[in-house]
Amino acid sequence: MKNLKYLLLRRATQIGLMFLYFAANAYGWHILEGTFGSSKLFGLIPLADPYTTLQALSAGFLLGADVLVGALLIVLFYMIVGGRAFCSWVCPINMVTDLANWLRRKLKLDKEEVNYRFLKRRTRYWIMVLGLIVSAIVGIAAFEAISPITIMQRGIIFGFGAGISIVIAIFLFDLFGVKNGWCGHLCPLGAAYSIIGQKSIIRVKHNHEACTNCMECKIVCPENQVLHMINKESISVTDGECTNCGRCIDVCNDDALGFSIRNLNKDS
Amino acid sequence: MKSSNNNRRKFMATTLQSVGLTALGGLLWSGYCDEAKASPLVLRPPGALPEEQFLDVCIKCGLCAEACVNRESNKNKDGTQREGTLKMAKGGDHKLIGTPYFIPTEVPCYMCDDIPCAVVCPSEALDIKSLLNEKKELDINKAKMGLAVVHKESCVAYWGLQCDACYRACPLLDEAITLDYQKNERTGKHAFLLPVVHSDVCTGCGLCEKACITEKPAIFVLPREYAMGRAGDHYVKGWDKKDQQRAGNRKLDEIETHDERSQQAPSDYLNREIEY
Repeated sequence: MKNLKYLLLRRATQIGLMFLYFAANAYGWHILEGTFGSSKLFGLIPLADPYTTLQALSAGFLLGADVLVGALLIVLFYMIVGGRAFCSWVCPINMVTDLANWLRRKLKLDKEEVNYRFLKRRTRYWIMVLGLIVSAIVGIAAFEAISPITIMQRGIIFGFGAGISIVIAIFLFDLFGVKNGWCGHLCPLGAAYSIIGQKSIIRVKHNHEACTNCMECKIVCPENQVLHMINKESISVTDGECTNCGRCIDVCNDDALGFSIRNLNKDS
Repeated sequence: MKSSNNNRRKFMATTLQSVGLTALGGLLWSGYCDEAKASPLVLRPPGALPEEQFLDVCIKCGLCAEACVNRESNKNKDGTQREGTLKMAKGGDHKLIGTPYFIPTEVPCYMCDDIPCAVVCPSEALDIKSLLNEKKELDINKAKMGLAVVHKESCVAYWGLQCDACYRACPLLDEAITLDYQKNERTGKHAFLLPVVHSDVCTGCGLCEKACITEKPAIFVLPREYAMGRAGDHYVKGWDKKDQQRAGNRKLDEIETHDERSQQAPSDYLNREIEY
């Protein structure tokens, strides 16, 4: 029996948060209102997406204080828990791309992995910077105009309309196009959170002595370049691209992986 | 030596490729965004900044729409929630995605005294300051969401039929829309009751458009930018002392009264070949 602890915890968190956002509109709950762009926690604490805020600012207009404070709070939070914890624990697109990835494994599409010459994992950082430049040129938050993340979130809260097509497009791209194509190569929001979470405290730690080199973790990991230490060294996964999803911990049969507090002296 | 040359060549090629592809992406992305923000005939919530600025500052969070639909006054008698005024633009709406707007014929703005949509805005894209009256209190009558325009040919009041639906529906009764009484020469014994909109008072809430009885409303709300002209500072009302002060604003060097036609004598006008 495979261990699904973190997978189920993540799904519960993702769906739970989406339901709170949905209920804010549908039933007038004041627990978590708004969308990722800007939210209100308990009708009081402002939260805002730092990358969206940065785009809006680079387009040349000053924003309200609530958004600026909210973006700061989010940055501080993810600096501690690992920036890309947003990607695997909060973002609804993660459920779409995880499904595509799971189907890829079931249909054995990965065997036919092609070398995508143009599409590298670092592409997302280019897109992130490009998003700010385009925002400055066009005068609107450029990624927000096309972001499948908030399109999906607003779809859940206010109704999808034709917006569902971009969600399907990402599913198809990840399933038949590039493995981990959206989250692992293109998404500029994930890139921003990678940078925010560079030095985060909560990290996956590898125990080299217990590892039997079965490679299950590398098969399941959506960012498996971060697991370079497997069966080599007993250190933490310090790469900001790790989403702290915990799937590697779930699939490990040898207790060689687990969440821990980063050893600031040794691992930095 | 040779391998370092190859390395340099490879580095140059990859750099060039990355820069080129980034430029390609940037062009496509900018092009899309520029088209996506071109949705001129859209009505925004009260207090919205000028459209160009609004499109950027609005963080697309939907707090305004949530406040609108969940306000206390938006309940039916049996306690069930009614549809809200504000919609969030989604794919297929042909508006910048995620921005709030409303369609008066579906749900007009009911002009809540406490303006819940604007108060909740975290980015100040809905600017509270523009909704304060002289006593620094929130005043929804300061809102300028749009301007109602009457199409005379389809308005039955202009035909001589008696209808004052828009006049009665207006929350600023007898201020934003007044009735102009004129004699109906066709019958010789009836009066026209003609609705006239006053742009300095009209908030653009759309209640008139919703109330209009014609098949397609003869009174409808347009964004002020599109519904209004501007005389310019070199036309002033000489009989109005206050208005005459505007003459001081005009920039003389920007006024161009000479064009190709004005170089000819007025008498030539009739002799001239018509050119288009």
